[in-house]
Amino acid sequence: MNPRSLRTLLPLALGIAVLMLWEGLVRAYEVPRFVLPAPSAIWDALIADLPSLMGSLWVTFRITLIAFALAVVTGVALAILFSQSRTVEMMLYPYAVVLQVTPVVAIAPLIVIWVGFERINLALLILAWIVAFFPILSNTTLGLRSADHNLVDLFRLHGASRLQILKRLRLPSALPHLLNGMKTSGGLALIGTVVAEYGAGSGTATGLAWRIIEAGNRLQIARMFAALLLLALLGIAIFFALALLEYWVLRQWHESAVTQEK
Amino acid sequence: MTIIASLRGLERGFANGVKALGPIDLDIREGEFLSLLGPSGCGKSTALRVIAGLLAPSSGTLTFPNGRPRIGYVFQDPTLMPWATARENVRLPPELEGLKRAESDTIADAALARVGLSDFAGAFPRALSGGMRMRVSIARALAGRPRLLLMDEPFAALDEINRDALNEDLLKLWRQDGLTIVFVTHSVYESAFLSTRIVTLTQRQGRIASELALASPDDRTSEWRMTPQFADTARQVSRALRASVTVAA
Ligand SMILES: Nc1ncnc2c1ncn2[C@@H]1O[C@H](COP(=O)(O)OP(=O)(O)O)[C@@H](O)[C@H]1O
Ligand SMILES: [Mg+2]
Repeated sequence: MNPRSLRTLLPLALGIAVLMLWEGLVRAYEVPRFVLPAPSAIWDALIADLPSLMGSLWVTFRITLIAFALAVVTGVALAILFSQSRTVEMMLYPYAVVLQVTPVVAIAPLIVIWVGFERINLALLILAWIVAFFPILSNTTLGLRSADHNLVDLFRLHGASRLQILKRLRLPSALPHLLNGMKTSGGLALIGTVVAEYGAGSGTATGLAWRIIEAGNRLQIARMFAALLLLALLGIAIFFALALLEYWVLRQWHESAVTQEK
Repeated sequence: MTIIASLRGLERGFANGVKALGPIDLDIREGEFLSLLGPSGCGKSTALRVIAGLLAPSSGTLTFPNGRPRIGYVFQDPTLMPWATARENVRLPPELEGLKRAESDTIADAALARVGLSDFAGAFPRALSGGMRMRVSIARALAGRPRLLLMDEPFAALDEINRDALNEDLLKLWRQDGLTIVFVTHSVYESAFLSTRIVTLTQRQGRIASELALASPDDRTSEWRMTPQFADTARQVSRALRASVTVAA
């Protein structure tokens, strides 16, 4: 068997084995549903609640996506500004770091109060953006600076303007870094959305995190697992979509994409 | 004899206190193939960067008696944009100069043809061998239609067969275009083969240690490498280099 199919089959086999063991143990020892539901019970809960869970999934996904898009746009814009003005960078960068290191759960209640419970989705969006923004900023800043010094010299020798150097040299050089940052940031946007929903701690939010809290309060553990499963699947989908985008954009030229082919 | 660039009392230091170059006095003559020969760290790259206007001298002057010539620059590494094809890389100088895309492409294709890479215009750098990448790099310099070509150890990373072939091709380009070339190297044989004049630099603080005019034939080919005259030249250059290093030590 070739290593590639082993790579898929091995974890799959383990997953199925664990699920079967889980199902068997829960049945054999008659574990109560509110402690650990069997996989079959989780599946039943998922099917039964699918319409409401999918609605919540959509809410979470939409906030994640918009927050991520905003993070990319603002992160890249600020990184470009930094690359053009050292003064602006020195002035603003520490605050970007402060924003990054402050736990989002701690800011969540404050943002929710400021924005207002009636606009809870906007509050969640802001919180998810705060979390997703930094990897884009730091990776792009690094990328813009990583342009080959000799190429910069060559551009200057042939009379290129700062704008030309930015557009034709620094931005393409930053692309691999940006795409890498996007992979981190996409996952963080989802985490940000979920954590913010917890932090907001109110029934006005309708995303998946709220479904989990709600089901937990009612001891509907199978439903909690079902929501959790959807969240995990969303996280995986986001990561693979961004990894695919990275591969697709860089396949022509970047080393990391090249080595994968060998 | 026309002088294309003139360095007088030229020095360059760096903020960290390293005095990288000079003071040196040097005239670069129109049409010559001048090699700067010296051990690594002696300031050869710094000298080229100052001549190209990429570094300002800390003291002394650099003048171009007949106006600043068009300058081409070739680095030790091919220094190509990995996201761009060979043609896109080569047309960079004319594009930056503001020429139309079609014109730039014509210039780029001609330059690629001259280095023997017409068939690889659409290839990305990663698909090319080291020698081919260096040819693209040379084509890019040619696309800037330089009168003065500055080359910083361009073939140091290549294997000997590639290096010899490129040496011969470079001489051809130099003759055809009537180029003036300043060629940095630490290889005795390379400089002995290519140059019409060799300047050796001292180990530290890059001062001129000696100057050697070579009376090599114009049509130097691989045959020339086999002659006793070439062996003599190489011995002479080697002796000069050794002397200039020990002088400083
Ligand atoms: N940007 C720089 N800042 C500080 N020191 C430098 C810089 N560039 C070169 N140097 C120093 O100047 C000296 C000469 O460097 P260089 O011109 O690159 O030598 P070569 O090309 O002959 O090897 C070296 O000691 C080097 O470390
Ligand atoms: Mg050097």
